[in-house]
Amino acid sequence: MNDLLLAWRNIWRNPRRSILTTLAIAFATALLVFMLSFQFGAYDDMIDSSVRLSTGHVQIVAPGYHQRPEMRKVIDNPEELLQEATMLSTVDAVSLRSEAFVLASGEKRSRGVMVTGVAPHHESKISSVPQQIKKGRYLTEGDGAAGVIGALAAQHLQLDIGDECVLLGSGRDGSIAAAVIEIVGIFKSGVDEFDRSIMQLPLAEFDTIFSMEGAVHRLIFTFAHLSDSQAGAAQLRQGERARKLQVLTWEELTPGLKQSIELDLISGIIMYFILVIVVAFSILNTFFMAIFERKKEFGVLMSIGMKPRRLVVLMLLESFSMTTVGLVLGILCGIIITLVAARYGISMGDSAEFMAQYGMPERLYPKLTLLSVMVGPLLIFVVTLLTALIPVLRIPSLRPVEALRS
Amino acid sequence: MRFFDLLSVQISWRNLWRNPRRTTIILTAIVVGIISMIVLSAFGRGMMEGMVKNSIDNLVGHIKIQNPQYRIDPAIDNRIDQAEKIAAQIGELLPDDVQLATRLRLDGVLSTSREHTGVMIVGIDPAAEKGVSFIGRPLYQGTPLQPEDARGLLIGQGLLERLGLEIGKKVVVLSQDASGEGRSKAFRIRGSYRAEMRDTEKRYIFINLKSFQDMLAAPGSATEISISLRNANAYQTGRVEDYVGRINERLDGLGLEATGWRQLLPAIAAYIDMFDVYMLIWFVVVFVAMGFGLANTVLMAVYERMREFGLQRALGLRSSGIIKNVMIEVLFLLLIGMALADLCSFFLVKVVFRSGIDLGSFGAGIEMWGISRIVYPVLSLSDIVMANGVVVLLGLLVGLYPALHAARFTPIETMRHL
Repeated sequence: MNDLLLAWRNIWRNPRRSILTTLAIAFATALLVFMLSFQFGAYDDMIDSSVRLSTGHVQIVAPGYHQRPEMRKVIDNPEELLQEATMLSTVDAVSLRSEAFVLASGEKRSRGVMVTGVAPHHESKISSVPQQIKKGRYLTEGDGAAGVIGALAAQHLQLDIGDECVLLGSGRDGSIAAAVIEIVGIFKSGVDEFDRSIMQLPLAEFDTIFSMEGAVHRLIFTFAHLSDSQAGAAQLRQGERARKLQVLTWEELTPGLKQSIELDLISGIIMYFILVIVVAFSILNTFFMAIFERKKEFGVLMSIGMKPRRLVVLMLLESFSMTTVGLVLGILCGIIITLVAARYGISMGDSAEFMAQYGMPERLYPKLTLLSVMVGPLLIFVVTLLTALIPVLRIPSLRPVEALRS
Repeated sequence: MRFFDLLSVQISWRNLWRNPRRTTIILTAIVVGIISMIVLSAFGRGMMEGMVKNSIDNLVGHIKIQNPQYRIDPAIDNRIDQAEKIAAQIGELLPDDVQLATRLRLDGVLSTSREHTGVMIVGIDPAAEKGVSFIGRPLYQGTPLQPEDARGLLIGQGLLERLGLEIGKKVVVLSQDASGEGRSKAFRIRGSYRAEMRDTEKRYIFINLKSFQDMLAAPGSATEISISLRNANAYQTGRVEDYVGRINERLDGLGLEATGWRQLLPAIAAYIDMFDVYMLIWFVVVFVAMGFGLANTVLMAVYERMREFGLQRALGLRSSGIIKNVMIEVLFLLLIGMALADLCSFFLVKVVFRSGIDLGSFGAGIEMWGISRIVYPVLSLSDIVMANGVVVLLGLLVGLYPALHAARFTPIETMRHL
């Protein structure tokens, strides 16, 4: 305890220098806390918007459907599976979907469109499409031959609300499937590829048109928390029926998203590491000075019997307390900046348009988590203590007589 | 009095090396900082240039001539009539190293015996695509499209696999003609291509321009004339603007419009503009990290020389002279750091990372953003100037703090100080 007091007093023998050093540490800490919170927040937003737009957190499909989607690869009697799955406490919502490729025609134009059969009331809990209706309305339970269509597809087919659209494709058994659908809504997600190629119908109507006989192509799950999805998928795989099917997590469904997050995280870590190295060299001089300007003092202390080991501990305590003050200050500032940014969001400026194509929101919200608050400071703590060791380890080789003379 | 009189320079230089360890440590901080600025911005720029190049290769080109309506509504109604004639006229307008590719690009459906899928059908002149777009590169499998091959088709490897097709198999292609009538024709798969992005592979199929025109009974029609510039960097902003202006003058009255790639790829263009801002932020952040150390080190150097400053003052040196000497010392420190860092960065970029870094392990991730698998660092003069500029300007600003301190010492004060 006395040593700590001694170390603390030593720090304030040269306040200007100590403050500058502490500020350097605080700056790096605050930056890392904010940047990591920002990155983690952005990743969550990205994953969430992708999950909400199309994939869900976890899906169950027939074996091989994910690799090569074909009409005949179906899940029979999905209701049983649904029962099995809803037993899981972490599951937030479940929905059934089927897909078919059709030639959709308006009055004059036609184009290939992916038709998705959805259960409207389930879908509104899972998907963001119901909120992205720009014109008309979303599907409701009572709808018959009604459909909602992506804005770009609607534009190309020259379709508007109330217009009829002819679908031509093939059913589950390979027979010709044809239907006339009334457009009730037009959605715009901002992801061009999605808006250009997707049309949604009520599942019951889809079933009739494509002779699905009650079968569906996908079971879509969302969980209360993203972190539940791995464990949830593992539990789903245990299910009696799911064992014969394929259970996929969002990482497997959108490998691009996962790997681009990894790439971004790794390049971020490289940058932070470099930054911390620069800070370390930046403060190394202070630590050196603190020792060399006190050489004489050490000489006195050693000649009256102080063990070099105690001096080492004393000096380490000094840099340790300086680092700690810097870290605490930095963490506090980092948390405040992050909270302010999280409240108002950060606009991505002109890049927003670029990001929108990948389903990224216009504003990004940093997210404060224990991990994002701890990782950066921990790195800085370790590196600064290692830095402090370099000069401190020279103390034992000091000779009292020489030190006294200097 | 000249600012850089020999005496001041000599004094400052010698002062710098009175404590070599201290100077070396702070130099290391400066050097590591500047290297990180230059090398990381080189990689960032390399990644971005790869992205621009991939996007331009993705059937965009540096300049594109289209019916302005086509960009809003990509249908045959918004076509270019007598495309060959227009292409020839535009070709005369431009220098010889510029390549033109005429394409007819429309939505359609590809059917196999079992499945149907939506595709973009592109009618091309295979010879004109060489060096212009990804389809001009060697194929992944099979044989290239021959000019007279009316039934040949090239398909993306990704789509080929997804549909379970093979080279030599027959497929039916369906699209709409100008009257809205569906027209279909059978083709044989001659080869498959690979593209940077898997989405591209799943979306585009290629046939001969002539056979697509015949299929739709639209002889001489195209939807775009793509113009590619060669032998320079990907951006070519100035040249592109110049050509766009000249082409549009010639196109006047034809209802067609030439557009530069910055307008064709607004998202990429916005990203490029933001890139400089991101880099500047990074530079300033790294500088601040070393700025604290710089201020501290110079401050120490000044404080241990307090008595000297007092003596100099007593001998009649003005405080401005002291400021000058300290600032020259800081300038030396920065200049040595910059020179070393620039040399090291040059070495790193040109020798160590010459063959780029392979991002293959993030395959699906980089593909999503259109980044090339191998990223080559690109040294740009503006990045180097910006990094050095930030360091020298902010560095001198930080150096002012200890310099002003040194100038405040009065002879009496310093004499008392031990």
